[in-house]
Amino acid sequence: MLPQFDLKDPQLESRVYGTRTILAIGLVMILLGVILMRYYTLQVTEYEIYRTQSERNRVQLQPLPPRRGLIFDRNGVVLADNRPSYMLSIVRERVPDLEATLADLQAVLPVSESDLETFRKKLYRSRPYEPVPLRFRLTEEERARLAVNRFRLPGVVVEAQLLRHYPHGELFSHAIGYVGRINEQEAQELDETDYRGTFHIGKVGVEKYYEDLLHGDVGYQNVESNAHGRVLRVLERFAPVRGKDLTLSLDYDVQLAAFEALGDRRGAVVAIDPRTGGLLALVSTPGFDTNLFVNGISSSEYSALRDSLDVPLFNRAIQGSYPPGSTIKPFMSMAGLLSGLVTPQSTVADPGWYSLPGDSRKYRDWILRVTGTGHAARVDMKMAIAQSCDVYYYDLARRLTIDRMYDYLHPFGFGDRTGIDTTNERAGVLPSTRWKRAAMAQSWYPGETLSAGIGQGYMLASPLQLAVATSVMASRGQRYVPRLVMAVDGEPVAPPVLEPIEAPAEYWDAIFDGMREVVHGQRGTAKALAKGIAYEMAGKTGTAQVIGIAQNAVYNEDEVAERHRHHGLFIAFAPIEDPTIAVGIIVENGGGSSAASPIARAVIDTWLQVEPTDG
Amino acid sequence: MGDYVRQLPHQGSRDMARRPSAIMRLHIDIPLLLLLLVLSVYGLLVLYSASGQSMEAVYRQGRYLGLAFAVMLLVAQINLKEFERWAPWLYIGGVALLVAVLLVGVGAKGAQRWLQLGGFRFQPAEVMKLAVPLVLAWFLAGRVLPPRFFAVLGALLLLGLPAGLIVVQPDLGTSLLIASSGLFVLFMAGIGWRYIFGAVVLAAASAWPMWMYGLKEYQKQRILTMFNPESDKLGAGWNIIQSKTAIGSGGWDGKGWLQSTQSRLDFLPESHTDFIIAVLAEEHGLQGIILLVGIYLLILLRGFWIGAQAQTSFGRMMAGSLTLTFFVYIFVNMGMVAGLLPVVGVPLPLVSAGGTSVVTLLAGFGVLMAISTEKASATT
Repeated sequence: MLPQFDLKDPQLESRVYGTRTILAIGLVMILLGVILMRYYTLQVTEYEIYRTQSERNRVQLQPLPPRRGLIFDRNGVVLADNRPSYMLSIVRERVPDLEATLADLQAVLPVSESDLETFRKKLYRSRPYEPVPLRFRLTEEERARLAVNRFRLPGVVVEAQLLRHYPHGELFSHAIGYVGRINEQEAQELDETDYRGTFHIGKVGVEKYYEDLLHGDVGYQNVESNAHGRVLRVLERFAPVRGKDLTLSLDYDVQLAAFEALGDRRGAVVAIDPRTGGLLALVSTPGFDTNLFVNGISSSEYSALRDSLDVPLFNRAIQGSYPPGSTIKPFMSMAGLLSGLVTPQSTVADPGWYSLPGDSRKYRDWILRVTGTGHAARVDMKMAIAQSCDVYYYDLARRLTIDRMYDYLHPFGFGDRTGIDTTNERAGVLPSTRWKRAAMAQSWYPGETLSAGIGQGYMLASPLQLAVATSVMASRGQRYVPRLVMAVDGEPVAPPVLEPIEAPAEYWDAIFDGMREVVHGQRGTAKALAKGIAYEMAGKTGTAQVIGIAQNAVYNEDEVAERHRHHGLFIAFAPIEDPTIAVGIIVENGGGSSAASPIARAVIDTWLQVEPTDG
Repeated sequence: MGDYVRQLPHQGSRDMARRPSAIMRLHIDIPLLLLLLVLSVYGLLVLYSASGQSMEAVYRQGRYLGLAFAVMLLVAQINLKEFERWAPWLYIGGVALLVAVLLVGVGAKGAQRWLQLGGFRFQPAEVMKLAVPLVLAWFLAGRVLPPRFFAVLGALLLLGLPAGLIVVQPDLGTSLLIASSGLFVLFMAGIGWRYIFGAVVLAAASAWPMWMYGLKEYQKQRILTMFNPESDKLGAGWNIIQSKTAIGSGGWDGKGWLQSTQSRLDFLPESHTDFIIAVLAEEHGLQGIILLVGIYLLILLRGFWIGAQAQTSFGRMMAGSLTLTFFVYIFVNMGMVAGLLPVVGVPLPLVSAGGTSVVTLLAGFGVLMAISTEKASATT
């Protein structure tokens, strides 16, 4: 160390250094004190805050959606079950840039606009740590591609879930309905807790009516998951309670027989066990594949279904309203007997037409066009039913008057919802003076009573109502609220019983005789059915005129003509001695009842084979 | 005979005291070495947990440490005079390398910090961590102390050149660390208080223009995030929120070794490098922090003691600067992880995983050991 200009002073240097060292040590101590104070604050003063936060990081509450209840037919054939399916969800909290991640995802697998829209709506409502579903039903390949790209898609999770599946698709579409993704409106009405983790809800039919039973109770688990949302272990678990399984009274074979007998025609078949009120078949054609709706149907598929002239989404069996036509006649007969206006033996003169006193207008019987005359000089009840004599019922209707007709027909289930355990049922119309004033603000005309007497005019009924009325007839007045579900988790459900229709046995016998003649008589309107039959069937044919669409459809003559044909109707029950099945059938534009009656034969044959008559 | 026997141990021990021991001849400062070893073992224990119980990570860090300790002992053998002689050349070489980095360097994330030499990547800024205090100590040791105005000016120029070259890479953090190591030399040299106050006033005055024009957007963001990490929970604030959560949830006792959930479940980023103190705090609690700070304090005090015992101004200034720089690492790292300081890439000395930083650090301690054994070696 050589001094340059000034003299170096080693002692001064050493002293200065000593002072500076003490200062430096002091500064270091102060700053280390600051650091320690900071750690003390975090670890002691604010310990609870960070302890909680660390637990919240580590442990997450995950909802465990319950397994939806299964649906079986009466013999245990599975009609709706749940199959594993993979869905892609996004955990908002773990995604640094949502838009970028969505864009990246779209490069990996297709995400439709509607998927995105639903996703965003759901995202808005859910908590940041909850997975929000974006795509359902991932294919094997999509899952593989996601796995490869996982590292650059933080917050994207693939989860397995159980998805509703309908093994028989179209066959039971109108009988059990379907589930679909919960929409916004439903989400607002639902119990948020109960449906946490559930993405589907019954939309139509049994699936909707029994939603509470089918859904079950949500469970929870506390899981330890890492920062990427991967669950590492389950800490605590409260198992969900699975939904209840429903056993329907429907019979797969009977349903299939009805469906196949209808073929490609538009129509509906409802079959009821008159002993219980349980439905054996509920078919409306055309149907549709309910599986399409489970995960959101594509708009093109949906508009195809919606815009089809055949209206496949329309449940004809319970929503359809048709003039019952001559199928009303057995019930009119009971009205006549109960009112005392006719007896089984009393007769009416039948020239082939009828006119009101003091009115020259002729109300024609359908037979007049065929034979030029009436069914016979005088017609009794049995012949009136067997040959569907209009004049007999014109006369009865006139004497009964419309409001008393209402009183006697209403207990058979016309004019009101039957209360069946499914959705969208329509009430039909059983006209009365009160009804006309309310519905049309008009007074009742006597001629309208005659039309009503043969099931035309304002009168409308659904195939279900026809079947229910036939069932009441078959059971000689026993009335049940029709049921689709006969057991819940194997426990039989008692059908709701209504007050029976009280009538002497000979009244029922008289009507049964007439209805037997329809099928088994020489001049019965459905005598073709008797060929090769092994049991006694009671039936009644009906034809409903189609009106109202003549003005606007002229493009395809064949098509328009086809759609102008009469609806064919048929009601039946069997075996007559101890009926176990009652059916109501309509074939739209079938031309006449002959289109409908063979379907009854097929359905009843099947049921009686399956269920041999017992005591 | 009896006398002789009785006298022998006494004689021997006096001999030992007078004669330089083997340890002294090897230029090893035992207290410092022991403290550094204890710290390294503590660090490896924490690293084992922070790396997700990876023995591989522990072995790798162990090899780095082995290398670094070897470098330290090697550096300790060098005579202090040699440091003085080589200081300017090391400095000139370092500056040349920094210029080379700007011209032909490689980098990542928009910064150009490395030189590619064959298959080897090299960060010249690391050299400057030693070269700057060395050259300043050399420069000032040859002048009257406390330094006069022109000496201060010269020192500031020597310091400013590499600091400036590193700022433009850009690497503000390293630049500030290097600048502070130089300023510590000036401080220990006894620079006048008017300079110190002047610098403080100047720094305060320049804060606003620096904020407006000097800092890049991401740098400003880091500072803002420090004050309010909740403003960007998933982005810049995530690290701080998670590290504070880790530290705080450790409490007084800690969750126990290998029980850090924040680190094990990947909530804590950089858990085995810059943020490793959070793992230590979570697993060993405030007790563990106090133990760590205690070890650091002993090392710092030993460093200051070595400086006070040094024979030359050069040695004193070097010892003071190295010790204070070591402290700055500790302070900045512990402060940033606890949310006191903005996040800058400063590792926790001898605990954070990493190769280069450990070697540089222990090379500095090698210089300290050389200073501590200077007197003894002079007598050999």
